[in-house]
Amino acid sequence: MKKAFPILAILSATFLAYAFYEAMFVAPREQTMGNVQRIFYYHVPSAWTAFLLFAINFGASVVYLIRRNDKADILALVSAEVGVVFCTVVLVTGPIWARPVWGIWWTWDLRLTLTLVLWLIYVSYLLLRKFSVSGQTPTIAAVLSILGALDVPLVYFSIWFFRTQHPSPVIGGGGSIDPRMLHVLLINWAAFLVFASLLCWARYRLEVLHRINEENLSLAAMLEEPRFR
Amino acid sequence: MSQTQSPASLPAVVVADLVKQFGRFAALRGINAEFAAGRLYTIIGGNGAGKTTLLRILAGLARPTRGTISILGTKNLNSIRRQIGYMAHPSLLYDELSGMENLRYFAKLYGIEDSRCAEIICKVNLDPALARPIAQYSQGMRQRMSLARTLLNDPQILLLDEPFSNVDAQSANLMVNLLSTLRNHGTTLFLVTHQVALLDGIADEFVAMEAGRIISRTREINP
Amino acid sequence: MSSFTAITLTTLAKDLRLEWRSKDAINSMLFFALLVVVIFSFSFDPTAEESRRIAGGLVWVAFLFAAVVALNQTWAREMRNAVLDAYRVSPAPANPLFLAKALGNFIFVSILQALMAPLFTVFYNLRPLGPAWQLLPVAMLGTWALVVNGTFFAAMSLHTRSREVMLPLLLFPIAIPALLAMVQATNAILLGQDSAKFWIVLLVTYDLVFTIACLLLFETVLHAE
Repeated sequence: MKKAFPILAILSATFLAYAFYEAMFVAPREQTMGNVQRIFYYHVPSAWTAFLLFAINFGASVVYLIRRNDKADILALVSAEVGVVFCTVVLVTGPIWARPVWGIWWTWDLRLTLTLVLWLIYVSYLLLRKFSVSGQTPTIAAVLSILGALDVPLVYFSIWFFRTQHPSPVIGGGGSIDPRMLHVLLINWAAFLVFASLLCWARYRLEVLHRINEENLSLAAMLEEPRFR
Repeated sequence: MSQTQSPASLPAVVVADLVKQFGRFAALRGINAEFAAGRLYTIIGGNGAGKTTLLRILAGLARPTRGTISILGTKNLNSIRRQIGYMAHPSLLYDELSGMENLRYFAKLYGIEDSRCAEIICKVNLDPALARPIAQYSQGMRQRMSLARTLLNDPQILLLDEPFSNVDAQSANLMVNLLSTLRNHGTTLFLVTHQVALLDGIADEFVAMEAGRIISRTREINP
Repeated sequence: MSSFTAITLTTLAKDLRLEWRSKDAINSMLFFALLVVVIFSFSFDPTAEESRRIAGGLVWVAFLFAAVVALNQTWAREMRNAVLDAYRVSPAPANPLFLAKALGNFIFVSILQALMAPLFTVFYNLRPLGPAWQLLPVAMLGTWALVVNGTFFAAMSLHTRSREVMLPLLLFPIAIPALLAMVQATNAILLGQDSAKFWIVLLVTYDLVFTIACLLLFETVLHAE
């Protein structure tokens, strides 16, 4: 286990470097937007990675509520944290891309708004975990995760309909994509997934060690005689 | 008051390897005990000994970190809620309602007739017709009303956490007599208190706790 | 009458009676609602045509803030004197308690709206150009959406530090689709240009989904120590 980690780290770094090379130099220059468009190769894979991680969080939360399995809870925590990081990348790269190209920082388009709402829900999830004083934090957090997941389709449809009534520019554009660009996009997504796995694994191990440490301290407290009567 | 008596051979409560931890603080460090039915157990010990935690776990209000509890022959505490009565230092009553209004509400939760409320209130020497809200009661009256709420459902297991604290002598004696009568009719009582003198000669056993463990069980109070 | 319904109704009756006896909560809440309307009117002081365009948003944001103040009080009485312990120890199931609390909040917030809506109409010279009767189902569905989740999150906040902050923090993100629907539906009715039908259907869906979800999950939350 310990040996695999540095190997994965190097693999991840290499892959990301290669993906960067592809995105910056190999991918064709976009017609209307120019080189700014290359941020697309970071914006979109981050979004897909974040959504995947949030889906994992939902799955882990359901498993936790059914089985009360500690590992499921740690996975839920980890996927939420790393997911928020990638989600933040989406929300930051969006405006950076939009401003030079469309002249506006933000537009309430479907994808960006959905990403923002997901970010809000998961930040509130992390805050709940942080502020919880009960020993039942995993249970309460899992409940919130499920309610958040139920909310997502409703968010999607509400914004979709709003947009059909009040059309506005869509950041990232719609329509077809040049196959060479798609190729680079997928390479970047794969690199992001490897990197995300690395992050999740590192965080997972850290959390496991943290909990073992807490348990040992509790056990020690339990066995020793108290100093104050 | 008739009660289904558990057979003499079956203990009312069995606790095995009970551990309760709040984060790093170990409130209960491994309790192993059997408690027979129809007895009055007085639990004594200093602050932080784990007495309240033990009672709350028996009441089903807290979950053990490790270990098992068996009450009236079952580990599924949800199934025997009807048989449990719990009383704590807070009154567990609504301040703005009168005694009768409070009991009528709780009676509905148990599916008990209204008439029983008046009956129980009389049993603790209070007036069912008293319209004053609980907030205006004296501490003795409040604790007696809290006891009345606890006895509404005619429970087989009574868990009482500091029932006599700040209570006048007359109320305290009345409560002790009432509890003693219940014990004689087969109820199993667990009573946490600092005022051991009140139960001298009445309690069947004194269970001493310290630092999350039971350190002794005696028939009489140690001098 | 099944015991489920009986317990729900008796708990609701008890809460209404308690509210009526103390009256301090509702009085301060009503005054707070009035203040919110006045402050909004100062801050957004447009002409009549403009106000009709933004009134939907204003009204519902004002309701939201007033509702949060009310929702934070949901479990306050049960926490005093540890009365909630008495409920948890009893064989009564968890859901009647939730429904009673949610219904109580619904009544409470509706009373606040009944005060605030006419005031908004007066301050902003509102006159609906669309079918005005639709405002009633929109108001009721929207209020239930806020109240059902608000009551649930209030219960979840009991297990946290900073309870009063935690409730809006959890509620607002998840309420976004419902909020959008309420605002757009109200705007559609006031402006009379589009149909509010889609938004009403969305609100019904939201209400159904979350009422069922909260009922399924409340027991877990109630019995978490």
